[in-house]
Amino acid sequence: MIEIKDLHKSYQMGSNSLHVLKGINFSVKEGELVAIMGSSGSGKSTLLNILGMLDEADTGSYFLDEVPIKGLNETKAAQYRNKFLGFVFQSFNLINYKSALENVALPLYYQRKKRKERTEKAMEYLGKVSLAEWATHLPSELSGGQKQRVAIARALAADPKVLLADEPTGALDSKTSYEVMDIIQGINDEGKTILVVTHEEDIANMCKRIVHLKDGVIVEDKPVEQVRASQYV
Amino acid sequence: MKFIFERDTWQEIYGAIRKNKIRTIITVIGVTWGVFLFVVLLGMAKGLDNSFRSQFNDFATNTMFLWGQQTSMPNNGFKRGRGMQLTLDDVEALESQVNDIEYIAPRNVTGQWGTPPGQFVRGSKSGAFKVFGDYPTIDKVSKKKMFDGGRFINEEDIKYERKVCVIGEDIYKQFYDKEEEAIGDFVKINGIYFKVIGVYKPTQQGFEGDDSIFLPFTTFQSIFNQGRNISWMVITAKADKNIVNTEAKIKTTLKRMHDVHPDDDQAFGSFNLGEEVAKVNGFLSGMRLITYIVGIATLIAGVIAIGNVLLITVKERTREIGVRRALGATPAEIRGQIMLESIMLTFIAGLIGFVFGTIVLWGVNSAIGNSDDVPILNPTVDFFAVVGALLSIVLLGTIIGLIPAQKAVSIKPIEALREE
Repeated sequence: MIEIKDLHKSYQMGSNSLHVLKGINFSVKEGELVAIMGSSGSGKSTLLNILGMLDEADTGSYFLDEVPIKGLNETKAAQYRNKFLGFVFQSFNLINYKSALENVALPLYYQRKKRKERTEKAMEYLGKVSLAEWATHLPSELSGGQKQRVAIARALAADPKVLLADEPTGALDSKTSYEVMDIIQGINDEGKTILVVTHEEDIANMCKRIVHLKDGVIVEDKPVEQVRASQYV
Repeated sequence: MKFIFERDTWQEIYGAIRKNKIRTIITVIGVTWGVFLFVVLLGMAKGLDNSFRSQFNDFATNTMFLWGQQTSMPNNGFKRGRGMQLTLDDVEALESQVNDIEYIAPRNVTGQWGTPPGQFVRGSKSGAFKVFGDYPTIDKVSKKKMFDGGRFINEEDIKYERKVCVIGEDIYKQFYDKEEEAIGDFVKINGIYFKVIGVYKPTQQGFEGDDSIFLPFTTFQSIFNQGRNISWMVITAKADKNIVNTEAKIKTTLKRMHDVHPDDDQAFGSFNLGEEVAKVNGFLSGMRLITYIVGIATLIAGVIAIGNVLLITVKERTREIGVRRALGATPAEIRGQIMLESIMLTFIAGLIGFVFGTIVLWGVNSAIGNSDDVPILNPTVDFFAVVGALLSIVLLGTIIGLIPAQKAVSIKPIEALREE
């Protein structure tokens, strides 16, 4: 599903150049649930941004579902993001003046789906995260866990090939974190490929594979015995 | 461009506008105010314009007045300082020789320029007033409005030297009780009985005032022993002729007839309404120009306010825009949305301003009515000026919307999402 070879990325900070990614080789097969771990500054967010086509690598190759991701203009990148990727952010990033349902329907709007279809699909995914009765509520009326569940429903609505979650539990307490992980595991069970960036050991252990990043290189890449989140819920 | 016609696009915009109430209101106020001022200013200017025009309305504007003075140059054996007396012969000659003339009306007056006024007597009351001797033609040049039931002098009166008179409203008020019928009544002017045939409404014209008496020209001639002499004449040129040229032709003709040196400018005096009207027109169009400049400047200020607010809100909405782009919105879609928001806001604000402006103009109009105290009459705005103004603010809104739209697109989605 994801093929990365010799990926380099550096940022220009004034006169200094900051080499963030120093040759990443990495591949993810369909249906995997991968945790990307590392301390801050290890380059894990940069890697996720490159995977999410929000940022572009300096050198190296990146194939997503056998499509080369290289030299895309903003329009093309936007279309690929819409088609291939779903995002879940640490700070939820819901649009505050749109209801839960409207938020979930937004990626479908950018897919030019008809209104009726958008609403039906959005309802379906809200149901999946058990928030159907909260459909008309604004984000400000939802708890943190509920917001993140809406964000997950939104990421799934466009039926992406890969779900990218950047610290999805970073702003949540442990109980709510496990609820969110439970949902993520459930989605993975249905066959969706998911990448989770986290620095929390217990969250990483709920994935099937952990990739450790340190100073811009992969120092460890190992499969783990998955801990089911449901036992804590 | 297809997305402009999609219902979904407008629903997105409607949602964004509706849910950012305060900024929407602030934005709208700027343009509403601008269009409001534009409409009111234009309407007031138009009202002033109408008012000035109505002052001239009773007069045909290509009209001149002509009278005899004294020569200032010797000619053909005549000394300088010879008095010029215009007569009916001159009128007839001009009528046949100068074909620019549409109407020519010789007039006589007593009670003006040192001549004694006429004695008006009714019952036990008496008074002294100006008396004019007129042809019906004068009515075509300078329309006399009559109170109901009355009429002005007609050809028959001239032909039979009828002893009839038209009196001013002031005279009527002095000599008659309220509701008393003047028409058909007999009064004495300089000891001779006249029948009142009409009372004219107040005018704002020259020296006639509201207290003059009009007699048929021929009747005036015999009563005041004028022979064929006239005091002055009023001449209206044909619609397609320039009154200034006509004036020159007429004077040349008169100089020839009266043995006056061709370069003598003092022999005949004249006053040309065309020039006065041109002056007022110049003033009015100058004022219109200023109104347009001020109005358009106000509009621009309003639209810039919109651009400003949108720019701020784009900053506020950086994160939202980042999320939209992460979810697959293309730069064109983001740009389109911001610009359509700008256009929508300016358009709606413009409409509101227009409606309010029109209401105010309507209010002003009904408040002042036909009062002569306020030099504003029927303030209206030109439909095309309004449509033009609306179109131009929408255009300006589009252009000004480009700046925040470009700003929104230029922020990389990743930076937008990082923003706290």
